[in-house]
Amino acid sequence: MLGKLTLSAIPYDVPILVGTFIGVAVVGIAVLAAVTYFKKWGYLWREWLTTVDHKKLAIMYVILGLVMLVRGFADALMMRTQLALAYAGNPGYLPPHHYDQVFSAHGTIMIFFMAMVMMQALFNFVVPLQIGARDVAFPLINSISFYMTLVSAILINVSLFIGEFSNVGWLGYPPISELQFNPGVGVDYYIWSVQISGIGTLLTGMNFLTTIIKLRAPGMKWMHIPVFTWTAFFACIMILTTFPVLTVSMALLALDRYVGMHFFTNDGGGSVMLYLNLIWSWGHPEVYILILPAFGVFSEIAATFSGKPLFGYATMVIATGIITFLGSIVWVHHFFTMGAGADVNTFFGIMTMFIAVPTGVKIFNWLFTMYKGRVRFEGPMHWIVGFMITFSIGGMTGVMMAMPAADWVIHNSLFLVAHFHNVIIGGVFFGYVAGLSYWFPKAFGYKMRDVWGKWAFRFWFVGFYLSFIPLYAVGLEGMTRRMNHYDNPDWHPWLLVACVGVFVLAAGLACQVIQFVLAAFDAVNKKPDALDLTGDNWGSGRTLEWSIPSPVPHYNFARLPVIRGLDTFHIEKELGRPAPVSELEPIHMPKYSAVGPVLGACGLLIGFALVWHIWWAVVVGLVVAFFTVVHRSANLDVDFYVPVEEIRADEEAFARRLAAAKAAE
Amino acid sequence: MKRLWRFFPALPALMLSGCTVDLLQPAGPIGEGNRDMMVLEWAVMMCVVVPVIIATLVFAWRYRASNTKAEYLRNWSHSNKIEVFIWGVPILIILVLSVFNYKSTHDYDPYKPISKEMQAKVGAPDAKPLHVEVISLDWKWLFIYPDLGIATINELDVPTKTPLDFRITSDSVMTSFFIPQLGSQIYSMAGMETQLHLLASRPGNFQGEAAQYTGPGFSDMRFRAIAMPQEQFDAWVQNVRSGDNPLVAKEALDAQTYPKYHTAPPAPHDEAPKPAPVVYFSSVQSGLFEGIVAKYNVGMSHEDHGKDMGEKSMNMPAESHEAAPSNTGM
Repeated sequence: MLGKLTLSAIPYDVPILVGTFIGVAVVGIAVLAAVTYFKKWGYLWREWLTTVDHKKLAIMYVILGLVMLVRGFADALMMRTQLALAYAGNPGYLPPHHYDQVFSAHGTIMIFFMAMVMMQALFNFVVPLQIGARDVAFPLINSISFYMTLVSAILINVSLFIGEFSNVGWLGYPPISELQFNPGVGVDYYIWSVQISGIGTLLTGMNFLTTIIKLRAPGMKWMHIPVFTWTAFFACIMILTTFPVLTVSMALLALDRYVGMHFFTNDGGGSVMLYLNLIWSWGHPEVYILILPAFGVFSEIAATFSGKPLFGYATMVIATGIITFLGSIVWVHHFFTMGAGADVNTFFGIMTMFIAVPTGVKIFNWLFTMYKGRVRFEGPMHWIVGFMITFSIGGMTGVMMAMPAADWVIHNSLFLVAHFHNVIIGGVFFGYVAGLSYWFPKAFGYKMRDVWGKWAFRFWFVGFYLSFIPLYAVGLEGMTRRMNHYDNPDWHPWLLVACVGVFVLAAGLACQVIQFVLAAFDAVNKKPDALDLTGDNWGSGRTLEWSIPSPVPHYNFARLPVIRGLDTFHIEKELGRPAPVSELEPIHMPKYSAVGPVLGACGLLIGFALVWHIWWAVVVGLVVAFFTVVHRSANLDVDFYVPVEEIRADEEAFARRLAAAKAAE
Repeated sequence: MKRLWRFFPALPALMLSGCTVDLLQPAGPIGEGNRDMMVLEWAVMMCVVVPVIIATLVFAWRYRASNTKAEYLRNWSHSNKIEVFIWGVPILIILVLSVFNYKSTHDYDPYKPISKEMQAKVGAPDAKPLHVEVISLDWKWLFIYPDLGIATINELDVPTKTPLDFRITSDSVMTSFFIPQLGSQIYSMAGMETQLHLLASRPGNFQGEAAQYTGPGFSDMRFRAIAMPQEQFDAWVQNVRSGDNPLVAKEALDAQTYPKYHTAPPAPHDEAPKPAPVVYFSSVQSGLFEGIVAKYNVGMSHEDHGKDMGEKSMNMPAESHEAAPSNTGM
């Protein structure tokens, strides 16, 4: 009846997990009780859970991403403390069986459920507003994307308390991920959570590519598109070209494990290197999928806070395109050590090095955006300065590893681990955090308290160097990644420093949490100086999202903007806004729908049932999902018109706030 | 915490004192090549990175909003001169590095035998290569010396100044064979044979490791690589062959005894498996390595291997490995 699932799958003998479970249960029950007490279930369901509004989905993505950030960070804390202790005969407090799941979960969660989730949050919030659209091309599919991501994040966390998680690293290399060496359910949890979230990401890529191509405001030519949207465009192209490869690699691994095929097994003609080629031809573009939108965020912020247009807009767009192309043809540099011929290695090595060219160009562009500007160092601008310094160093070590003759000794070492944290924390994470603080007032109509953001930055910046410079050093001392304990006395002091570093990072994370809590506090108390009256919170916004009220009305734009070039809003501020020529008209909008949450529930059921071989539940999930889609397809009541009166009232309210803001000056 | 603080001023000193920075203190020409490439790239890239970091800080400070004396070009966003510079400089640097990339990838190709120049440089131009067959197991390394008829587990003894020709495979999961101070690593994969050529130019006791995660015993899947002068090595070989050494196993390593060493003893869930001890074998059945590679390539399911291996594949003629893919097909 329950497949492989028995009571023994619950790890009640592992104190860390029991403690975590109690913590999660207490918080969960408290949240559910609060929602019930304040009678908010109806509100939650009608306004949030069934929403197809890209802005609300973005906020839900952010919440999911932050929760997963804390979860992934807890794994990081455990790894660093384990390695600070587990020296010279001391086994530490995490036996390999547990530790191996921790590092696998850390990587999987940080990439799929923190970084990818934050990226989709930014896509959702910013792209339609920047191109003057009222929603994405396929609003319902957007909601389905979110639910696929959400339930796969839930599935991966269920593995904490029922069964186990994968113990073979974030990419699940065979043959150790094959049934022969890994008969437990850990790898299955990995396969299905990655698979389901991959569906969500693929749908997001399709959705936003279509949105950017088809839904730009009248008059917005390609070279009028703001840079963040350009980076989203190229990231979507890469999602569409590479995520299917991830889906296929996971499917083949699942076939090996579930029906005894031999794609990647040791015997029967399987090839491990086939898997490595497949997974990295997704995995390498993936890091560019993550970093390009971060570059986009930095481009917007650099221009806004320097009081100048972005230097070299066209160059920036071309460089992004080149990175997209080169990023897709360099995957073999992840395994120069497989024994490929020198010519193959040289090709992939040189191609990898050439990515440094467009990336370097971008760094120079931001540099010259600050040059002869009036740079205001508010919260978001801190992250970009930290990014330029940190990312340059990460780029340097990246080029070092692009040389096969050097990579043969630093492959799989902690030098490598330090390198990719250098670019992912210093690039992706700094970028997304900067983006969150930059667009937060737009989303909520309230400012966050900048001082906590600045302290968060300081801790993250210093903590990063404390945590990862030691890892570069032990990498040079020959320490490989994923070790559980060691007895090399040369490594120990470095790993102690790295452990101190991770606690500094934790302080940064705490500052961010405090910043969000205080912002919520200010919003509830309607603190007057936290209000964003004008919609142009930073005073120097250049792109369309700053031309509309904060928080943004659900239909985004009362009148579709007329595009007068790059940075239309800036041009209008300079030359004065032309009086609206058109009358307000009713706006056609999609209705909210329960299809997303229902399909999400089916996805969770199917994923969980596949992990535990509960076949009847898989069938139930598929049947319900099928009929949900059929029912939706037959439903013609999916849209409505926003009446003119509502829009006019909103517009008048906005005009009053603008006047109030003007009077306050 | 108090103890931790004491380390801070000591950090640079640690680098210089008794500490071994394996990759920067190589003990052979391949390792030196790896290091030279790493240092070269670091030096070239620093020529860009340092100015960029300085410019970032200088621009950020000079053009801060409160400094109203600085020039402010509120609409300036393009300059052909700067564009040429920011594309040109990185392209030039990468072109230069590409030349080094091509040359070093070919010169230090792990599949390429140690060159005569490298041998001449360490002062032994005519030394004949020593063949070693490397098999990664759960969670130990088996080294077979086919020309000498001996084998070891978790200790690799080699003569200095002699080219080392490794043939590498796995009889378990995939991992990577790596002796940081000697240089390049190469994956070990079941059913496949990879190659690596190294040379130790000076005596030493180096750490050797599995550089790819292999399961719960991964952290202890380590060995010592001991390089010693030729005479000392010959004496060691004699010592192993004679069986006088206490580490020598009572039995020969052959198809019958191999399964005993093949798998790790079961370990409880909440502990790391015990590290595998060093073992020497005074005699080895020839063709063992080829048999291990071949057994994955005869289309059998893995349940049949144990019994079948002892009878058939292990007795396959040594040439049979020719049929097995000798690299990964790329």
